[in-house]
Amino acid sequence: MKTMTSFSRDHDFTEEENDGQPDFSAIAGSAEFVQLRRRILRFVLPMTGLFLGWYLIYVVLAAYAPEFMSIRVGDNITVGLLLGLSQFATTVAIMIGYVVFAKRRIDPATAQLREHAGKASR
Amino acid sequence: MTINLAAAAGNPGLNVSIFVGVVAITLFIVYRVSSRNTTTADYYAAGGAFSGMQNGIALSGDYLSAASFLGIAGAIAVYGYDGFLFSIGFLVAWLVPLLLVAERFRNTGRFTMGDVVSFRMRQRPVRAAAANATLVISFFYMLAQMAGAGGLVALLLDVHTKGGQALVICVVGAIMVLYVLIGGMKGTTWVQIVKAALLLVCVSLMSVFLLGKFGFDLGSLLGRAAENNALSGLVLEPGARYGKTETTKLDFVSLSLALVLGAAALPHVLMRFYTVPNAYQARRSAVWAIWTMVLFYLSTLVIGYGASALVGSDAIINAPGGENSAVPLLAFHIGGTVLLGLVSAIAFTTILAVVAGLTLTASASFAHDVYANVLKRGNPEPGSEIKVARLTAIVIGCLAVGGGILATGQNVAFLVALAFALAASANLPAILYTLFWRRFNTTGTLWSIYGGLASCLVLILFSPVVSGTPTSIIPGVDFAVFPLSNPGLVSIPLSFALGVAGTFVGERKGSGDPERRDEMDVRSVTGIGSG
Repeated sequence: MKTMTSFSRDHDFTEEENDGQPDFSAIAGSAEFVQLRRRILRFVLPMTGLFLGWYLIYVVLAAYAPEFMSIRVGDNITVGLLLGLSQFATTVAIMIGYVVFAKRRIDPATAQLREHAGKASR
Repeated sequence: MTINLAAAAGNPGLNVSIFVGVVAITLFIVYRVSSRNTTTADYYAAGGAFSGMQNGIALSGDYLSAASFLGIAGAIAVYGYDGFLFSIGFLVAWLVPLLLVAERFRNTGRFTMGDVVSFRMRQRPVRAAAANATLVISFFYMLAQMAGAGGLVALLLDVHTKGGQALVICVVGAIMVLYVLIGGMKGTTWVQIVKAALLLVCVSLMSVFLLGKFGFDLGSLLGRAAENNALSGLVLEPGARYGKTETTKLDFVSLSLALVLGAAALPHVLMRFYTVPNAYQARRSAVWAIWTMVLFYLSTLVIGYGASALVGSDAIINAPGGENSAVPLLAFHIGGTVLLGLVSAIAFTTILAVVAGLTLTASASFAHDVYANVLKRGNPEPGSEIKVARLTAIVIGCLAVGGGILATGQNVAFLVALAFALAASANLPAILYTLFWRRFNTTGTLWSIYGGLASCLVLILFSPVVSGTPTSIIPGVDFAVFPLSNPGLVSIPLSFALGVAGTFVGERKGSGDPERRDEMDVRSVTGIGSG
């Protein structure tokens, strides 16, 4: 597993409170957590907007521009069919993009935070 | 060319024996895997012991109901492109759980949707709201499956009397309650895995065979499909089904919105994310589910157009069961009685498995949210929660059988689309807000869940589905003031807006516990503190 060189050791939330719970407020306020949370949101929110927008464009084209969708680009292959299949392609592409992003940018940082919180990865 | 399917099948005896064989095998599996099923964690979440791959395949098993298998392929066979539009919505929808919901859900909750939405809110009202939404959505989804079971068996076993279909629905209900009581989540999951694997192998082999028959040239397959369809070239173009008027176009947009946003909020899909040990496996579950569904929906495209090409749309429409008979007819055409029996058995198992999953979800929601947390205020007597869950499963089984008998003959696709619209309106806004918006509070949650649920139900009541057209549930009278048959376009934005409005109205009371909010934030992102 890659380690994050920039991880600061200033914080230490290994101290657990009396009830055995980690100190969630300290973690929530830490720079590492805030940064991780923001990094995730910066990826997933635009991606969600992208695929929802692209899907809705496709739906509206199918409903209101059937002439465009019916243009033949080959032997019985229509623009609509290609656009539909491209929805499959973009779904798979976004999925793979997220998996790669999560593996590189989320999982190592989460593991670090968990380690600092004194809870071994399950 | 007219094929009477029951006559073509010739031998319902063979179908019955294949059915009985498949049911016996699945019951045996359920019995074998469920040696230990005594705690709530085992019963609701299989102890969180499934791998991402297993759970992903089971997710697709839960999701690909008979409506997908028979309904979408049938719609493509008859209406062409407009049927294909359905499958795209069902597939793209899966990016919502992958990107936004799966991992955070696994980290935050334990057994039900109520665990997540009530995490940092006032427990009793929010859990009660979540349980209400879960029960209503599951009930509509279950009605669809049970009504489908009646129709399917009428089609395949040549059972046409009301009494005969009711008997079949009773048998379906009894088997699925057995799955749930004996197997709990573990047994039900294995049934889903077996069923999904059978379904995928079956559809992919059929589509490779079909493509092979046309020299692996999709264009010539489509050409033949257009030749043998009453709509001819129009099957390759959108609009055959939804393009008639401005209202039907808007209805199509509304339906699409419900499909793409509903998947991530279906309670029985959400509950599956608890059957894996951690968030990483929850992510892998969603990834596996997407891969299997890409394969499945691409296959239904080929199978649907293949059915049009080889069987012809006239023969499909005139067969008992109409559109739904496209896949069975195609199976008979290319593989004879044995393939027909196999496809029918898979469709039947699909219904059993999906209904079992729904029963489990609804019983978990009642026992865990309503009984243990609302009625017993979080302190049920040891062992009593699981007893309540089992009892509820039996009650729900009886309700589903009763409702299924009454719903026989109703449009299955409509009931499924309604369940998606309900899920997207009642559940999705509350789930997304509670996971991503720190300020969201109890009032916002309640407004969003109840507002989404109520607006959806009211709009349905005043839609052409219930009254005003010859195909309505009550055809004689007309109080259809709302023109769309799917309410999603109105009720989903309304529920999102109500969540915001309720949050700002409720803020004055100073509700919300900042520490609990921090805990949920940290826990949902990192999994620290989650079991």
